[in-house]
Amino acid sequence: MSSPAVEVESLFKTFGDFHAVNDVSFSVAPGELFGFLGPNGAGKTTTISILCTLLQLSAGSARVAGFDVATQPNQVRSNIGLVFQEITLDDYLTGAENLKFHAVLYGCPPSQVKERTAPLLEMVGLTDRADQQVRFYSGGMKRRLEIARGLLHAPRVLFLDEPTIGLDPQTRLHIWDYVDQLRQREATTMFLTTHYMDEAERCDRIAIIDQGRIVAIDTPDALKASIGTDVVTIQTSDDVAAREQIIQVLGVTGDLTDDGLRLKVTDGEAFVPRLFDRLDTGVRNVNVRRPSLDDVFIEYTGRDIRDAEASTNDKFRSTAMARGLRKS
Amino acid sequence: MAKTFIPDSNPDPVAVPAPSLSTMHHEGPLLRNFRAMLMVWRRDIIRLFRMPTRIITGIAQPILFLFVLGAGLESAVGANGAAGVDYQQYLFPGILAMSVLTSALFSAIAIVWDREFGFLREMLVAPVRRSTLVLGKALGGGSVSVIQGLVLVVLAPIVGVSFTVASFFEMLFFLLLLAFSLTAFGIVVASRMQRMESFQMVMALVLQPMLFLSGAIFPLNALPKWLAVITRLNPATYGVDAIRRVILPQAAPLEIFGSVVPLWFDALVTLGFGVVMLALAVKLFGKTE
Repeated sequence: MSSPAVEVESLFKTFGDFHAVNDVSFSVAPGELFGFLGPNGAGKTTTISILCTLLQLSAGSARVAGFDVATQPNQVRSNIGLVFQEITLDDYLTGAENLKFHAVLYGCPPSQVKERTAPLLEMVGLTDRADQQVRFYSGGMKRRLEIARGLLHAPRVLFLDEPTIGLDPQTRLHIWDYVDQLRQREATTMFLTTHYMDEAERCDRIAIIDQGRIVAIDTPDALKASIGTDVVTIQTSDDVAAREQIIQVLGVTGDLTDDGLRLKVTDGEAFVPRLFDRLDTGVRNVNVRRPSLDDVFIEYTGRDIRDAEASTNDKFRSTAMARGLRKS
Repeated sequence: MAKTFIPDSNPDPVAVPAPSLSTMHHEGPLLRNFRAMLMVWRRDIIRLFRMPTRIITGIAQPILFLFVLGAGLESAVGANGAAGVDYQQYLFPGILAMSVLTSALFSAIAIVWDREFGFLREMLVAPVRRSTLVLGKALGGGSVSVIQGLVLVVLAPIVGVSFTVASFFEMLFFLLLLAFSLTAFGIVVASRMQRMESFQMVMALVLQPMLFLSGAIFPLNALPKWLAVITRLNPATYGVDAIRRVILPQAAPLEIFGSVVPLWFDALVTLGFGVVMLALAVKLFGKTE
């Protein structure tokens, strides 16, 4: 395939003087599973809304399935599917009716609705509740129904905005099985936003997005490799003093985190004995592991993903949400 | 973006094979849009019957007008004092129109709810034309308000209004036309509304003036000039006049500059208003900013 499934160049989205999306460029190949990893308010949903033609871009350009989102919104819409982050079901319709509404709007003839929706209802465990009005569903049941709906039609690019939030691990696993099958058989391009690291691991490539900017973009393995080989975390009686001493005697600069002092070294197993040998401060706890995407996130944004969420939430709420982008 | 989800477990999740998406049979765009329009329409009808209290609140005010205001003012205006008929009889087509006007605006403004609860996004991102969604919504809101209005027809004998088969269907035609136009107008209003809080304002600045100046409550032919002009500029006036004329042929018809407005003109103005509003609604609908 020649043209990328998604192509974004110097994209900006501005609310007042707040840059929700700040000079973002990337492209997604057909059939790729591409992930946006970042805290809430980083600009993930805003970017997706622009790509889905629900929000107008402020500057730059974006093409989805070969069509320009600004000038060819109709063509874009008929080539994409979207699982929204927030619940977008009609409470007074039954589960089956919600799926039927979607199927018909996406061109499924009424005679085929049942055969298409039945396996999806079964996948999300809602077959028995299909004829009940959605307002009697629990939060998790609504979420499952939404996912079934998003997978109902045949998009070339499927946007999954935090698709498995609030779901139990078993259902998450089944949904991922289903997504993998779709990719294998249909070569559907998947565009995922998440702040679950294990979901980000499944992606072919990840863009780490923070405060409206892409700070890193690569395969999960390459991102992890980019920050050094191993991560050694120690807890000591005085982390600050230990940090200073390690810089002086071992030449390694550590980061102070909630979990303790985090050190990036090339060979963790060999480093630990040297550490004990040289360090005067009493070590209470040592952990050696290969770097995770959490470490990658901290490396590129300077913050833990959970901390980042707390600090950007309020800012986001007072800007984007006040403009009718309801996200609560 | 607070995650308010309560995680609950799927009692019996099963892995099922994903159906092959390419088997999804895609219809031509015209048929698809037509079916989508019917689906949007059906949703409104389903919702009406799932919320029976809506029907009751929808008819409470017209009943109050008919029996309390109607009986009270009838003694003041005297027999045959309202455009040549009893005031309660005069008021009967008025409350039908009032019911249609109110519920048409209500149905359209439900779009604001849809926006707040996200369902509007689900519709807007679908590969159908904006005009399909707006048309489905106008037909849905129109049908819902006609159903609400028809509930009131059972009161006709009580105030001495009788129907023939022909006059019933003529009335139905004009009720549908008025309901459709007003729903389209309501969609325009709703697409300019960001939040449900503006609803009170719409009631005070749109619904009530439109109702009072339509001839639903009082005859329009002997008004002071300024009031006469405003009532003739109100598009709802013509629908109300048409409905009254087919139900009460003996009542005096609407006049402009002393000449009687033909029934076809009533129909034309109502339809024209609806079409213009529909076009405007398509333009405004779904603008997210």
